[in-house]
Amino acid sequence: MLIEVVTRLVHRVRPVGGPHKAALAYRVALRRDSGEGGRSLLTLIVVLVARTACAQAAPTVVPSQFEIAGSWAPLATEDVQNDSVPVDYLGLALTDEGRTRALAYDESQKSMIERQCQGWGAAYAVLGPFGLRISSQSDPATKRVVSYTIDAWEDWMGMTIWMDGRPRPSENALHTQAGFTIGRWEGGALAARTTHMKVGFIRKTGVPLSDQATLDWRFFRHDDLLTVLLVARDPAYLVEPEIISKSFRLSKVPLDFRDPCVPGFEGREPGDSVPHFAADENPFLDEFIKLFHLPREAVLGYRETLYPEYRKKIKDTYVPPPPCTEDCGVSGNFVRRRGPTP
Amino acid sequence: MRAWTVLALAALCVPASVHAQPQGTASSRARDVAPIDLTGYWVSYVTENWRYRMVTPAKGEYRRIPVSPAGVPIINAWDPSADERAGNQCKSFGAGAIMNVPGRLHITWQDADTLRVDTDAGTQTRLFRFTTARASSAPKPSWQGESTARWEQVAAPEKGGSLRVVTSNLRAGYLRKNGVPYSERATVSEHFDISPLPDGGQLLLVTTIVEDPVYLNAPYITSPHFKKEPDGSRWDPTPCSSKW
Repeated sequence: MLIEVVTRLVHRVRPVGGPHKAALAYRVALRRDSGEGGRSLLTLIVVLVARTACAQAAPTVVPSQFEIAGSWAPLATEDVQNDSVPVDYLGLALTDEGRTRALAYDESQKSMIERQCQGWGAAYAVLGPFGLRISSQSDPATKRVVSYTIDAWEDWMGMTIWMDGRPRPSENALHTQAGFTIGRWEGGALAARTTHMKVGFIRKTGVPLSDQATLDWRFFRHDDLLTVLLVARDPAYLVEPEIISKSFRLSKVPLDFRDPCVPGFEGREPGDSVPHFAADENPFLDEFIKLFHLPREAVLGYRETLYPEYRKKIKDTYVPPPPCTEDCGVSGNFVRRRGPTP
Repeated sequence: MRAWTVLALAALCVPASVHAQPQGTASSRARDVAPIDLTGYWVSYVTENWRYRMVTPAKGEYRRIPVSPAGVPIINAWDPSADERAGNQCKSFGAGAIMNVPGRLHITWQDADTLRVDTDAGTQTRLFRFTTARASSAPKPSWQGESTARWEQVAAPEKGGSLRVVTSNLRAGYLRKNGVPYSERATVSEHFDISPLPDGGQLLLVTTIVEDPVYLNAPYITSPHFKKEPDGSRWDPTPCSSKW
């Protein structure tokens, strides 16, 4: 009886994931001591005190690969695209050329019938609001995983991560919205790199990504949480990498994506000119700045604004906006207070 | 009896998880079996949640945080001057928020089983203890609470892994500078992962899960990231401030 009690106590202080060897040692010791009454009790106390003091959260061994296939629901707890106000380049380090191109962009382009279903590039996997539905494809002969596929959404082209060691195509090979992605397991995470993308966007507000861009992905799984890290590099439009990390929760039910995109009339006739602004005459330039009292250089994506020093720099000049008191959006947000479109 | 007792005690303090160690490693101290090296200086790279981290949002805005109905009156009553007067200027620098505060981390080993994380923003110190030994009396709740840590090591022959930290016994604080609260009953679970950067640097990713039965309807999950710096030349400690 005493032995069982002690064993249970030992298990209670045993570190998570640790072995049962210590418990077995107790059993042996206690059986030996079982005829010695008080001394056994003393031993028990000493042992428990020592065990408690020495208890160590020993490393838990985790597999070098994890099951990534499944439905991963998005968690809307981080702002990646901010508020989708037209001129919002917060958190980006843009080249002058990238900034100029972004300011020249008019979101009405997406109303053109020939562009409505153009979709967004590979980076939209973590920029967009949807979850990830991931499946694996195996070689029928060897049963080894050949690729993982992240299914397309209404406005995203999907992505295939090739895991079979195939070579990357020539630089001159076809560039697509999805690009070409090769993956491998590394340090317990799935690491992948995407190249061969068409010219696209790193943010829906028109911040461009060139066809020379590279996307490096890392998928980490912790229990039912999948965190996807994206490092986007672009020699044409980014001074420093854009880094996005977004978490998803394993869904018990399959994610259900909407029907494929069907183009329709949205005010632009076929053959109309492509909507755009002269970069220095973008009518939305000050909207986000005024709405949230934000510094212009931050809204326009200057590199220095990504580092803590910048916070200290604006400390004495920044004045928070007053509370939203009427016509506020969800959670006291100001976006619904935006004025009419210029 | 004595011999068996000694044997039993020895079994206790020898690696609690012999099978979990890399082959050929005799030590069980957390520092010696670390599958990843988190030590050094790291700087926040604020590419996400910029508007909520680099500046103080408007009073009353709690977008992206699953606030419970009990939290809304607290948010609307936020008064940074009152916090300052009450000596609560560190409320937005507690463990529930500190990794999202733009600044630098200095991570060192305080001893072989305690990882120490200093922040220059707010001059805070977090201690991640890998041992489960407890003090005889419960310590008072604090801004950084009590943190227990555990390595997650990728099975051999692969290398790498992750650090898991669970923090509780917190003083009530703010998830955001503008007074979005978490209570003393909150728990903060974190996963520290390292990723190489394509240019040769390193990135630290801290997936942070704040659960609070009082002021949150659901876990609040963020994943701030940090770039490794070569040295501490930019380390610049500043005190807590409820206004900035």
